[in-house]
Formats: sequence, C-alpha cells, structure tokens
Amino acid sequence: MDAIILQILNGLDKGSAYALIALGLTLIFGTLGVVNFAHGALFMIGAFCAVTLSRLIESSRTVIDESRTDFLGNPMEVQVPYVVDWFGESGGAFLIDWAVPLSILFAIPIMITIGWIMERGLIKHFYKRPHADQILVTFGLAIVLQEIIKYFYGANPIPTPAPSAFQGSFDFGVLLGFDPLTILYPYWRLVYFAFAALIIGGVFAFLQFTTFGMVVRAGMADRETVGLLGINIDRRFTIMFGIAAAVAGLAGVMYTPINPPNYHMGMDFLVLSFVVVVVGGMGSLPGAVLAGFLLGILESFASMREVIDLIPGINQVIIYLVAILILLTRPRGLMGRKGVMEE
Amino acid sequence: MTDQTQSAPAQRPAATSPDTRRRGATLGLAPRDLGLFLFVAGLTLCAPFLLNPFPADSSLAQFNAGYPDLMQRFVIFGIFAIGFNILFGLTGYLSFGHAAFLGVGSYAGVWMFKLIGMDVLPAIAASVITAGLFSVVIGYVSLRRSGIYFSILTLAFAQMCFALAYSVLTPITGGETGLQLSLSDPRILGAAASASGNIPVPSLFGVEMRETTDLRLGAWSFSLNVGYYFCAAVMLVAFYLAIRLFRSPFGMMLRAVKSNQQRLYYTGLNARPYTLGAFVISGMYAGLAGGLMVSMDPLAGAERMQWTASGEVVLMTILGGAGTLIGPVLGAGVIKYFENIFSKLNDSVLHGWFAFLPDGLENFVVAIVHPFVGKGWHLTLGLMFMAVVIFLPGGLVEGGQRLSRLFRRKSGPETRSTNDTPAE
Repeated sequence: MDAIILQILNGLDKGSAYALIALGLTLIFGTLGVVNFAHGALFMIGAFCAVTLSRLIESSRTVIDESRTDFLGNPMEVQVPYVVDWFGESGGAFLIDWAVPLSILFAIPIMITIGWIMERGLIKHFYKRPHADQILVTFGLAIVLQEIIKYFYGANPIPTPAPSAFQGSFDFGVLLGFDPLTILYPYWRLVYFAFAALIIGGVFAFLQFTTFGMVVRAGMADRETVGLLGINIDRRFTIMFGIAAAVAGLAGVMYTPINPPNYHMGMDFLVLSFVVVVVGGMGSLPGAVLAGFLLGILESFASMREVIDLIPGINQVIIYLVAILILLTRPRGLMGRKGVMEE
Repeated sequence: MTDQTQSAPAQRPAATSPDTRRRGATLGLAPRDLGLFLFVAGLTLCAPFLLNPFPADSSLAQFNAGYPDLMQRFVIFGIFAIGFNILFGLTGYLSFGHAAFLGVGSYAGVWMFKLIGMDVLPAIAASVITAGLFSVVIGYVSLRRSGIYFSILTLAFAQMCFALAYSVLTPITGGETGLQLSLSDPRILGAAASASGNIPVPSLFGVEMRETTDLRLGAWSFSLNVGYYFCAAVMLVAFYLAIRLFRSPFGMMLRAVKSNQQRLYYTGLNARPYTLGAFVISGMYAGLAGGLMVSMDPLAGAERMQWTASGEVVLMTILGGAGTLIGPVLGAGVIKYFENIFSKLNDSVLHGWFAFLPDGLENFVVAIVHPFVGKGWHLTLGLMFMAVVIFLPGGLVEGGQRLSRLFRRKSGPETRSTNDTPAE
C-alpha cells in the first residue's frame, strides 16, 4: 500500500510537467489550430530564465578582505554579491536562496514576449498551410532555439537548487498513519505539484469566468462567427499563444530544482507531451491535463521494481504503449472533440 | 492488387496507349526520367572526382568532400531519403519514426556478419527483410490513423524500439556500447578471424569494402573506394526502382491518397493496401540504408533509432523537395556535406579567410560567423531548414525551377506560354 502511494506521489511531479506542457500545446492547437513542435523549447527557455536570474542575482564584485588570508598568505579575495550590498547580509542571502521562485516574476513577461514574437513573426503565416508544414517549421524553430541556448549556456546541465526551506523531504507516511520514513517525498515536488495545480486552475478559471475567456472559447468553437460579430479574435488568440508560452515557461522555471536544465530537455519533454496531448484528445484542455497526470503516474508505477521484474523494460515504453492502445481503441483520445484533426 | 482494383484493369489497356510509348523507351523510363537517371548515375560515378575539386594541399582543401567515409554517407542517406520520400512525398503521411527501420536493419546486418560471415550480400538481404517485417507490423497499426496521429504513432513505435534496444534487449543489441563484431563470433560460412588474427572486415565476394585506390593527378588526389562504388551501385538501383514506382499506376494511387483520400474511398477503392505498401517499401529502403551502413562500418548503435535521426531524414527530404525524384538525394547530399564542412570550421580557419579585412573588422566578422560553424552547425541547419519551409515549400528543386523559369523569362518572352504546362 505504502509503495503504491509513493508511486502515485512520484508520478505527480512528472505528470504535472506533462500536464502543463500539454495544456499549453492544446491551448495553441485549440485556438490557432497550429501544431507547435517548438513548445518543448519554450519549456526549456523557461528553465533557462531561472538559470539566468539566479546568475544575475549571484553576480558579484571582488573585495579584498584584509582580516583573512588565503593559503599563500596573501589577503583573501571574497566575492560579494551586489544584492548583499543593496539589501544587506540577510536580505541578499534570502534573495539568492529564493532565486528560482523569484524567477517566476522574471519569466512571465519574457515568456509572453517570446510567445508574442513567435506568433506574430512566424506562426501567423502558417495558419493556412498544411499541418505537416507547421510541424516542420516549428521543429526547425525548436532546433534553432535550443542551439542558441546551447551557445550561451553550454551543453552541460546547470544545477539550480531550490530554496533551502524546501530542501529535504516530507514524511508523508506519518500523515496517513504509516510508519515513519516509509513514504518520503521531497518538499519541492509537493511545491511543484501545488504550483501546477494552481496554474491549471488559473487557466481554466480564466477561460471560464472572464469575458475574455468566454470570447476565446467561443472563438475555439467557431472562429468565423465570432469574427463576424466584430470581435478581433486574432488578437485574442495571439494573447492566448503568449499565455500558453508562459505556462510552458513557468513549468520549466519550477522544474529546474527537480532536474538540472540542459539544452535538450525541451525536446525530451516535447515528444512525451505530444503523446500526452494525443492521448488526452487533440483540442481538449481537460483531456490534456488528465492524460498528463495519468501517464505520469503510470510511468512511475511501471518503474516499480516488482513491475520491472514481471515485464522487463516496461518503464521505458509504458507511455508509448498506452498511447498506441488508446489511439487504436479511442481514435479521438480520452476526451477528444468530434471533428478536430479528422480531415 | 486485390478486389478493390477491379475497375482498374478494365481501364488500363486504354490508358496504356500513351503509356506504352513511354514504356518502349530505354530501361522502361520516359526520356526525361532517363535523362535524370543518367544524370544521377553520372554524378555518383564521378563523385570522387567532382567532390575533390581543390588540390590536396591548398587552403581550400577543407571543402573537399571526396573521401570515402563521407561519400558513403552521401549515398546511404540518399537511399534512406529516397525511401522516406516514397511514403511522405507520394502519400503525404509524415512518419516521425523512420530511423527505427534503419536501426533495425543495422542490427540485422551486424548479426548476419556475426553468424554467417563477412559477405555483405546476406547482411543487406537480412537488413531489408527484417526492416520490411517491422514496417509491416508498425505500418499496419499506425496507418489506421492519419495526419498528426500517424506521426505520433510512428514516433511512439520508434521511441519504443529505441528504449528497448537501449535497455532490455541489450543481449541482442549491445545496449549502450552498440553491437560489435568479436573474434569469438561463429561466422559459419566464413573465417572467424582474418589471416593476421584480427576481426575480418566486410567484403563482397572477397573484395574488401574498405579497399581504396588513391589516384594522384598532379596536385589533386582522388580516392576510389570499393565500398563507395558498391553503395553507389545500390543507390542507383534504388533510385531506378523509385522512378519506376513514381511513374507506375501504384504511384498514381499513392498520389491520389495524398490529394484526397475521401474521394478515393467514395470511388470504391480502399486506400489502406496502397499506403501500407508504400510504408513497407519505404521501410525496406531504410533497412537497406541500415544494412549498407553496417557493411561500411560493422557497428550498430541504438542512437541511430532516436527520433532526432528520424527528424534528420525528414529534413533531408523537405530540404531537397518532397515528392520529387531528385530532391531527397539532393537534400541528403547537401545536409551531409554541410554537416561535414561546417562542423570542421573553427576560429583559426575563419581568421585565415577574413585576414584581408582590417583587424577590428576581422574579429567582428569572425565573432559573428563563429556561432554558426563548428559545434554550432545545427543552428545553421535549423535556420536553413526554417528558411526552406517558409520560402520554398517545394525545397531546393522548387528553388531550381523558379530560378530557371526566371532566366527563361528573361531570355525570351515567347517561351512563357510553354512554361505553364510542365509546372504540373
């Protein structure tokens, strides 16, 4: 029992990442009808926003400390971050420690801008082109974006730790009445899950309860009619593209402490996220979220020792296997709408 | 040819009357196709000379591409892309998992070297057959869906093959180290070890694939490699078959699938056998490429099956021009050539080039070019690819057509009327 709960928990954080990326993909597909292969790259750029901000915060000047000496007997050179100068010892240390969560504020405007530029500069011209062309051009864009990041940040993963308050693990078993130390779960992953739930809830609430969201939903259902009513639906869809980019970016920002970012993490997630979208059903937002969590949890179940002993290698292929099964039995995915991508 | 095509034979005798004239042409090719085929044949046969236009010791020698390893890659990836084009170019089904067939073919080839002997023919036959069997299974399942669903299904299958080859199937595939030959292999029809006690090398009827004759003509040096000419011969056969397939009734059916599958169903034809046929043929081409790859270098690794490798062949086909005959070969050549040349360039070479500029400007230019060469060559590839998709959806072939049309229009306006017809 405790092993099962542990696997569900383990699946949640990966599932959250899948769900967030798949949500953005579905938003873009549902509004603009574009298959965006560069979405993984947006996730990766988000992660590198966190890296950039934590580097900026840690940028420091060199001071010679006369009171201490290094091993050669010379006065020691100490790196003093600028934030320490500005906010004092404790304030500076706090900022450095909390660099990753702070990057959220930094990442949102950047991601929205990138999304806006992408949509206006490139994707706008591909509405009328076949889906294959959209896939290909965004695939090319993904390569370009990841090479740019590689050029500036190198090919190695960059460790970016979570705030020290969230390091360590939470003893989940005690809460449920198991023995202590049976179900340990890192705090940051809990934070990640809560964060993902918040974002997903926020996006749904935005679409459901605001006038803007209502117009967007109407546009998803019938773009032409909304346009005929005198509403500039293109502008709203562009904004939705920006929001989808921001969702992917935030998913990336918060994922950095779980998995040190490298330039190809976007591609790694992209393939799986596409599988998630297809399993959930093209164009269905709840489907994308559901399938994201479902596949994340299934994947972590499949990596249990008992399961691997039973069917070797299952943990590597479970997601693809499930995708194949679902596509063959339910062609539209779990919650796909009728008439989407069925030309 | 099943019962779905019953109406077709009735039409065919009538339809062949213009066709037979074409059939009567040399090698069963229409004059235009024959010209194209002979052009490609000439290019591949003279490639060792054409690709080494610069003297061996000159500073431009780094642009030479006439060494065996690279030329082999040109033609092998050419075969891979020709095969991919049969599926994507004709039917419009975008497979994102074609590298799996290449990988499976490679493994099958190496296993034949291990079990049977070092002759390349059984290895290549095994590669083609294994890849064909895999593509029957994968194609049968994947082709139940179209559009992006098809892409995702093929991608899923390829990633599964990749993941399994990396982990569970290590006894068969060699896992991370890849599948290699060893001295203890049985090789029942050949020597377990060469005369000098080393692992024998792949050969065709005793002629070693790596055998190379260096030809020095003045300052120029050309290397004529057995393996390259073998691959080139195989590619020409593959190319010939592709031309025949493009012009056959089967090819017409595939085009019909691409233009409007719904209408095909309404006409009472089942598109599935045709698409499956195209899928299997293109899978076998990929297997052939894999078999040739291990015939040149008997080592198969799982990374050959990764989806980035599938993406590469998509790039080649699109870059050259999907749906055209020459396009994929062209795309494969261009990508492999630039990959090789661009990744070799480094800052000192660049400084050498721009030495004629004033110092400050030289450093500036080198700094600008630097991210695009060497390790950054993928950036160039991505940009090039995006530019092609955006501005030239028909690839380099369309670019060539546009250029020639431009020139023809300039030379004489009276030809304009005839230009409209061959544009298809």
